[in-house]
Amino acid sequence: MPEAGDRVAIRVTVNGKRHEQEIEPRQLLVDYLRETLGLTGTHIGCDTSFCGACTVLLNGASVKSCTVLAVHADQGEVTTVEGLAKDGELHPIQQAFKDHYALQCGYCTPGLLMSTCHLLARNPSPTQREIRKAIAGNCCRCTGYQNVFDAIADAAKRAAADVPPEAERAATSAGER
Amino acid sequence: MHPGRFRYHRAASLEEAATMLQQLGDEARPLAGGQSLVPLMKLRLARPTDLVDLAFVPGLSYVRHERDEVRFGALTRHAEIADSDAAARFPILHDCAAGIGDVQVRNRGTIGGSLAEADPSGDWAPVLLTHATEVRCVGPGGQRTVPLREFILDAYTTALGPGELVREIVMRAPPHASDERIGGAYIAAKRCAQVYATASAAARLTLAGDVCRDAAISLGAVGLTAVDATEAAEALRGRTLGRETIEAAAKAAAAAGDPQPDMRGSAEYKRVLAGALVKRAIEIAARRARGEQVEVSHEYA
Repeated sequence: MPEAGDRVAIRVTVNGKRHEQEIEPRQLLVDYLRETLGLTGTHIGCDTSFCGACTVLLNGASVKSCTVLAVHADQGEVTTVEGLAKDGELHPIQQAFKDHYALQCGYCTPGLLMSTCHLLARNPSPTQREIRKAIAGNCCRCTGYQNVFDAIADAAKRAAADVPPEAERAATSAGER
Repeated sequence: MHPGRFRYHRAASLEEAATMLQQLGDEARPLAGGQSLVPLMKLRLARPTDLVDLAFVPGLSYVRHERDEVRFGALTRHAEIADSDAAARFPILHDCAAGIGDVQVRNRGTIGGSLAEADPSGDWAPVLLTHATEVRCVGPGGQRTVPLREFILDAYTTALGPGELVREIVMRAPPHASDERIGGAYIAAKRCAQVYATASAAARLTLAGDVCRDAAISLGAVGLTAVDATEAAEALRGRTLGRETIEAAAKAAAAAGDPQPDMRGSAEYKRVLAGALVKRAIEIAARRARGEQVEVSHEYA
């Protein structure tokens, strides 16, 4: 019979790296990522399952990591915002957010990026309505969302055209000159 | 915030979970997707001594659809239901599943957990009440099947006994003659994605031409449990579906609710809202019965 506070062994792959730890069963996934693994890119906003700042992918699906016990990630895979950029290159979704100035203070951005990952993996060419529905669980108190919608639509468009964002930006700025 | 300390038990089967829960006593709770229980534990509104984790029990996540019967495994997540073939066949399931909470909640929350939580504003109960629905349970004493209308007893209260768990939910569409067509719709109005509905309405119709041969209407969030508005259904049955008939049914449905004033709105507002939602749910169910594709989602107002 386990005792209250007894630790539980979990094995979880985070951003491709395997971790084995003994954790308190009451530890939340967001605290496991931030405190145990030091991955502070995932933010705690409201801490009540409302704002979506803590959104990560668990086994490929977006979840609010403040409302998931870390034991539920056992034997699973987690992707956080730290797992998006590769070799110093921003992920196309990150690049689109940057290009469209889809952030101001940036606090909600990791969550919005992960919700966008979830959306575009399932629906590569979302309509405006679908984009709005897809990020209904993410609050941003700065931008008014329009630039976020534009960034997501553009990220989808770029992925469809398979145009590396750098190349497209160079072409656009050349045209402007 | 984090939950208080508890003893953690991982069940390998529902039978094992039922035995554990019975042995651990009243302060032990089962954990499924955790989208209601974890927030309650963080706020210390729930302080279970023990959690029996169902999340690693295999074989409980499925939507099986055969003719007019749909079976849901208790741990099937709302998002999986929204994407299922059954939801394409019965759009009322999509109306409900694709609008619960937000994307992240739908990716974790389960239909069994939602029904067992029995929140008065839960979305599944009004939808499933419009159909013949049974809840198949597993307990320390074995298995039993409970009709949904006998399963939900009161706010946050179900017929589940000590240690008893939901295993499967079975929904049946009514039989219909070759000249009849069926259609259903569910509309929930809420302030924003993350919150429960202020009011919601479900309608299921069997039409022969413009004549309504059979109907079921139910309401959510306007009583301690979902409301089966039998008088509203009676106002439709056997009648030609026109503006006056639909308005009479909506009026009867609104009168069947007993909404409480809270931060989502006054009782009067909720009553009016419920009536308006019933009217639209009937109209959309009728259009769908006639073969029209109508997209419905939870509305934010």
